[in-house]
Amino acid sequence: MKNTLRIGAVAASAAIALAACSAAPEETPSETATETAEAVDYKACMVSDSGGFDDASFNQAGYEGLQAVSSDLGIEIATAESEGESDFAPNINEMINQGCDLTITVGFLLSQATVDAALANPDSSFAIIDDLADNDFDGTTDAPNIKPITFDTDEAAFLAGYAAAAASQTGVIGTFGGIQIPSVTIFMDGLLAGVNYYNEQNGAAVTVLGWDGETGSFTGDFSDTTKGQSTAQGFIDQGADVILPVAGPVGLGAAAAAQAAGNVWIIGVDSDWTLTAPDYSDIILTSVMKNMGPAVYDVVSGSVDAEFDVTPYLGTLENEGVGISDIADGVLDDAVIAEIEEIQNGIIGGSISVTP
Amino acid sequence: MSAEQTTAKAVEEQDDRSVLRQIAESSGLVVALAVVASIVIGAILVVLASPEVEEALGYFFSRPADTFAAAWEAITGAYTAMFRGSVWNYNGDTFVQQFRPLTESLTMATPLIFAGLGLGIGFRAGLFNIGAQGQIIMGAMIGGWVGFAWDLPWGLHLIVAIIASVLGGALWGFIPGILKAKAGAHEVIVTIMLNYVAANLIAYALSTDAFQLEGSDNPKSPPIAETAQYPLILGDSFRLNLSFLLAIAAAFGVWWLMERSTWGFRFRAVGANARAARTAGMNVPLSIIGVMTIAGALSGFAGSSQILGTESSGLTAGVAGSFGFDAITVALLGRSRPLGTVMAAILFGGFKASGPALQVQAGLPVDIVLVIQSLIVLFIAAPPLVRFLFRLPAPSREKVVAA
Repeated sequence: MKNTLRIGAVAASAAIALAACSAAPEETPSETATETAEAVDYKACMVSDSGGFDDASFNQAGYEGLQAVSSDLGIEIATAESEGESDFAPNINEMINQGCDLTITVGFLLSQATVDAALANPDSSFAIIDDLADNDFDGTTDAPNIKPITFDTDEAAFLAGYAAAAASQTGVIGTFGGIQIPSVTIFMDGLLAGVNYYNEQNGAAVTVLGWDGETGSFTGDFSDTTKGQSTAQGFIDQGADVILPVAGPVGLGAAAAAQAAGNVWIIGVDSDWTLTAPDYSDIILTSVMKNMGPAVYDVVSGSVDAEFDVTPYLGTLENEGVGISDIADGVLDDAVIAEIEEIQNGIIGGSISVTP
Repeated sequence: MSAEQTTAKAVEEQDDRSVLRQIAESSGLVVALAVVASIVIGAILVVLASPEVEEALGYFFSRPADTFAAAWEAITGAYTAMFRGSVWNYNGDTFVQQFRPLTESLTMATPLIFAGLGLGIGFRAGLFNIGAQGQIIMGAMIGGWVGFAWDLPWGLHLIVAIIASVLGGALWGFIPGILKAKAGAHEVIVTIMLNYVAANLIAYALSTDAFQLEGSDNPKSPPIAETAQYPLILGDSFRLNLSFLLAIAAAFGVWWLMERSTWGFRFRAVGANARAARTAGMNVPLSIIGVMTIAGALSGFAGSSQILGTESSGLTAGVAGSFGFDAITVALLGRSRPLGTVMAAILFGGFKASGPALQVQAGLPVDIVLVIQSLIVLFIAAPPLVRFLFRLPAPSREKVVAA
């Protein structure tokens, strides 16, 4: 036992020593100087909610957008994760102390803290993802220097709902959310409306489990995948063969249940799940994409050289802020796919309403 | 139950108690060394987490000095950021910016002082109460509801809201107390379960119209009325509010209760040896209920300092943060004594307050602070380990617990 340990230790140190043998970089002061001169003098910062930047959901998507814009434009970035509610205000305040030109906060929980900071620091710019920063509900943003970034996800979910209804053999579709908040239920609203539209157009009677426009199934958090699995299993037991889980990583539990059951499709959310969850790529019907990364990219890059524009950013089908990914091959007839494209044009044109 | 079994059980119980007591009463030197040891290990982790060090290690044999320079920079960067974030920001432009970190540390320490005091009473009475989290949530929920739903004049509103918070917490402490005293249910299990009950209860409450802002479906309550908020004691530039002074007052109160009053004597006697206390004619069940209820009430105070103080923009499911669990560490670190608890809470408040600076200025994951905190607990829970690390002699005799 002791010998194995020793051999292991020798091997490990040899590996480290070998890895450490490469040559030292040349000292190149002139090059570094030009690099700093090229860099843009702009600092964009981001504060997460308690999900953290590895939540496989909106915090992560926003973070990736920020990193992309930083490497493309050479601007400085700073990020802070919040452990809980009591970190929001200190984190935002720290960003201001560090001279951030633009501070992006993620999620409705940070709404009030962002508004407070924006009012106290009128010279700084702020943006908030998934919230209108309108805590008095008068229809306008509460501070003049906040840009809300929101998404009409129901437009894309409508298309997914139509596709789901067309793909379903059993005529039953399931959906559940993480927590009943507007940024979650908007997916479910869109799905329900899309299914209803399919029924109207084709005289079908596809039903939706888990959401009726008012109440529905929610697992209670965005982390416990076993709840996603058991909720999805419940739907499958009731005959559902297409499931839309709107709960971040909890949805992976639903995908596991679907894979185990066979013949059940999953609709991904936020990003294209055939890419982000490749284990399940063969059971992903389509994904309702909410392109938060590109939105953050646009907001930051747009404000680097120009005046900060506080006009709310609203992701729609039209500006490709939301959309659905390619539908799995061979599931739907070409005619149905053409119909979906037509519906997409109808939604953009305003002839089809996505409210259920 | 045969006499033999009873004796065996009593011995077991005695062992149980003495382990807890050993942890709670570890000497001041061990506590200080535990902090030092965890800061040293924290420094190693900081070095390992630093991308600059990793880069320099790649060519360690060509230019080893780079590695040490990068490592030193990472360590000093982290600990100076910690200092600037929690004590004194010497880079600040104005006095407010320079002084603010200290007030933030005290603000973050306030709920920890309250909850830590309550837990400390329990530890000294031999009750391992894990329920501060649930008690804080209940206090914040009920006090918050009074704060935003009721309409009372200035002054009175705050007092009523505080009392509501305290009663909410006390109720959540009373339940495990009476279950332990009357039914023998173990307080660890009951309090852990009540934490879940409270967490889900607040999630449910926030999904009802009574707790939601009109016109919104978000699980967040309306803001607390200004009449029910703790007044700021250092002006608008700082978040430190009246609840900090109340926490200090509570520490004095707990000291008096435990050291000077008959009740405190009973609590300590029960903690030292429940059997002897019963033989001496003390009402053990009543003491257990009393300890748990007072602990709950103090945690309820912690809830009020959150919802009526720093989190007054509205009640959410995360109102208690991780204060209830951190308070366990605080109470252990403070050796369950009021003064120690206050000091430990301020240390932990400083850790918490330095989180943003660590992340933003030093670019470190906030988890490193959690690791340092967790290491402190680990070392305090194992005094022999600290003695071994620092080659301290074992104590010649068990410390006599004055009951």
